[in-house]
Amino acid sequence: MNLAQIIQELHLTVLTEPQDFAAVEPSSGYTSDLLSCVMSGAAKHSVWVTLQAHSNIVAVAALLELTAIIITEGAMPDPATIAKANQEGITLLATTDPSFHVIGRLWDLGLRAG
Amino acid sequence: MIPPLIVREALDLGIQLIAVTDHNATANIQAVMKAAQDTELIVLPGMELQTREEVHLLCLFDTLDQTFAFQTIVDAHLPNIPNNPDFFGEQFVVDETGDFIRSEERLLLSSADLSFEQAWAQVDQLGGILIPAHVNRKSFGLLEILGFVPVEVPVDALEISRHITPQKARETFPQIAAYPLIQNGDVHGLDGFLGTSHYTLAAPTIAEIRKAVQNLEGRSVRIAPIP
Repeated sequence: MNLAQIIQELHLTVLTEPQDFAAVEPSSGYTSDLLSCVMSGAAKHSVWVTLQAHSNIVAVAALLELTAIIITEGAMPDPATIAKANQEGITLLATTDPSFHVIGRLWDLGLRAG
Repeated sequence: MIPPLIVREALDLGIQLIAVTDHNATANIQAVMKAAQDTELIVLPGMELQTREEVHLLCLFDTLDQTFAFQTIVDAHLPNIPNNPDFFGEQFVVDETGDFIRSEERLLLSSADLSFEQAWAQVDQLGGILIPAHVNRKSFGLLEILGFVPVEVPVDALEISRHITPQKARETFPQIAAYPLIQNGDVHGLDGFLGTSHYTLAAPTIAEIRKAVQNLEGRSVRIAPIP
């Protein structure tokens, strides 16, 4: 399953510059709102689901080479964070749905834990 | 904790300066200041702010006016959830003798809808100092929640809790290497006073504390071992 399908199926808003999302295949999924956990737990090329929209999420995703961050619950990163994500090549996706819903849908689509 | 007992306990332990920093609240600061009025104890006003990210930040000011101006900003960003004393305990406002004035109706333990950066900008604009609180702690500690100190914000210092030594903190969290450390008691009861941060200041002001953490002009701060 590729990122374009995920964006379409979950009706995600793409916050960063569009890319060829159909060519991006996430390895797995991960969720936590504590960045210290993410830094030690998320797998390379995974999709990270979180309601944390602070700019540090971009640095963490870049460090771990994550594919995309799905920001849930209507949390919204500020423009500087989105600019930083574009710079780092990190895809930021947003939804008003709660994390539990998003993770359930990702699992339905075949994404598994890393 | 009633104000005269706070003052007496601090003085008994040889502590010369305390800051009153309630969670998202400032209503009891004046009472402690008044209780300390004819004593040697200096009381700085402040707040322990809980940000949108659920990070605790120590916000210290020189004057009550600055502190109350900050409270107004925080109030505008706090959710209007009534306190349930059965679950969360009472939120009393008292006078300098400890007598009841009123109960704070709004739940103070929630997060203000202010980001770390917004909080810093507001405190800085008001002339205060912002120090991320108990950064080593799992609950509400900056390093657990945000992983590292946001690089865009010129944070003056970080506070570590009583549960860790400065040496151990620097070993455990290499990402704090560049930041000066202070240690506070995070006093929630009369037995909680610590007094391990020893400052050399020309006066008990925010400007002097800033110089001390930066080790400027002969001002300094040293963390003594917990006795």
